[in-house]
Amino acid sequence: MSAEHVAARLIDDYAHGGPDIAADELWALEAHLEVCRDCRARLSAAVAARAPAVTALVDTVWTGLEPRLAATAGLPRRRRRPAWLSAWLTPTTVPWLAMVMSVTLLALLLDLAGPGTGYGSGPGEVPLLLLLAPVLPVLGVAASWSRGLDPAYELTVSTPRAGLPLVLRRTASVLAVVVPVLLAGGRLTGTTAAQWLLPCLALTSATLALGAVIGVTRAAVALVTLWAAVVLAPALATSRTPLVLHTHGLPVWGLILALATGVVIARRGAYAELGAHR
Amino acid sequence: MTDRKEHHVMSAVNAADLAPAPYAWQIRATGLKVRAGRTRMAVDGLDLSLGTGVHGLLGPNGAGKTTLIRALATVLRPAGGTLELLGESVGGQGGHRALRRRIGYLPQEFGYYKRFTVREFVEYMAWLKEVPKADVPAAVQRAIERVGLADRADTRMKALSGGMVRRAGIAQAVVNDPAVLLLDEPTAGLDPAQRVRFRKLLQELGTDTCVVVSTHLVEDVAAACTDVVLFAEGRLVFQGTPDELAAAGGPGHVGDSPLERGYSALLLTPGRTGGAW
Repeated sequence: MSAEHVAARLIDDYAHGGPDIAADELWALEAHLEVCRDCRARLSAAVAARAPAVTALVDTVWTGLEPRLAATAGLPRRRRRPAWLSAWLTPTTVPWLAMVMSVTLLALLLDLAGPGTGYGSGPGEVPLLLLLAPVLPVLGVAASWSRGLDPAYELTVSTPRAGLPLVLRRTASVLAVVVPVLLAGGRLTGTTAAQWLLPCLALTSATLALGAVIGVTRAAVALVTLWAAVVLAPALATSRTPLVLHTHGLPVWGLILALATGVVIARRGAYAELGAHR
Repeated sequence: MTDRKEHHVMSAVNAADLAPAPYAWQIRATGLKVRAGRTRMAVDGLDLSLGTGVHGLLGPNGAGKTTLIRALATVLRPAGGTLELLGESVGGQGGHRALRRRIGYLPQEFGYYKRFTVREFVEYMAWLKEVPKADVPAAVQRAIERVGLADRADTRMKALSGGMVRRAGIAQAVVNDPAVLLLDEPTAGLDPAQRVRFRKLLQELGTDTCVVVSTHLVEDVAAACTDVVLFAEGRLVFQGTPDELAAAGGPGHVGDSPLERGYSALLLTPGRTGGAW
């Protein structure tokens, strides 16, 4: 590391206990030894060769310690939870993700059970999965960044890592779990991803954007309620694909996504304060 | 023999330790105003300077202690006045990332994940506090040993008693070796023996850290604090040593100890209105 190393004379003196090394020299020597492996090796050689008293002492301690070390069991280092997992998901998100999964599976089962047993019949029937797909990730996002659902919210929000990057990281992991399941379900029911993927992303970012103003939990509740009232209920009642899920509605969803992303970036400071956790 | 791993050797003295502090006070507030909720001004025009040592933040319930501590932890934005922490001005939109790495905070309502073990919990907090990855295991072990939970390090949090949970909370607060340590009611739920040990830990931390402890127990202040900050209705009422607080009280004031009499003497000065409690 450093070009200059300690003089052999100094190392010898140090090995003997260094009674006549000046304090400033001693300090410099020890600071150097901390960072220089070569000089530590030279010191240990010097101790072995020239300071038999020190070597004998170390050996005595070692022989006394060795049987006891062998008898002591090591720490049980059984990791219950990989560290990378808590970096991406809070423990409280996991039950919510499980709930989202079961809702998806239930919707899928109802869809596969097909006409006759379902809520509607005929060729115009809307897959329930399509109606639910855009709002399902919203629930996961709410669970990953909210005051009511995360017990350690106040601790988390006070840390340097709190803020938009952490929120986005958790949102991404929720999407990474939910979207593939929805895709697979969509294949089985014959829904194209084009119909719901953009609304899904738009609603997720809208939750975060609204969350920066009124709190993520409230934002999620508001958006899910709105979706249920404006899209879900009419679609179930009329058995027709709601207007918002037609492919020509996509530019509107794109606009919502862009606007919400803009709001999230503009209000990024809010995620590192207590308000956004409500 | 390579030099590549050399920087992992922990140095006893590093450049950051030797650098002079560019600030006079760790915490400096002038005319500080902080809102609690939408309208109520819980801290209303506070002037306060705190340096190294243990500062007991004392005041009746609802005096704004928690709001002040939250503002010091940078989770509440000041509504007015200036607040400087470690020489850096707090407020505005900034995330104070570098500043937060040097702050330790234990909230009053301290939530945790029940299924985590103590070690996992403190490790998780160390990750959130951006402790360098190579230092995490040692820092976590040190923090857990400091609060005397080493034998329970691999017990799940839900199996701990209230006092142990509080100690785990203190462990997470000190895991990043903070320069400013904020503890909101840390002695709640500790039994008398634990309280004594906790005061010792506070004194030890106070030798090189600015520790702010909010409490409503006057005896905590007497035993562990170098400095008392008496706080009521969002304003500073008194700042001084515990002895000065005791000297403020006379035999005619309410209380069982000199400190309690001083406390009630300062809070019950004429002109201050409030309920019977």
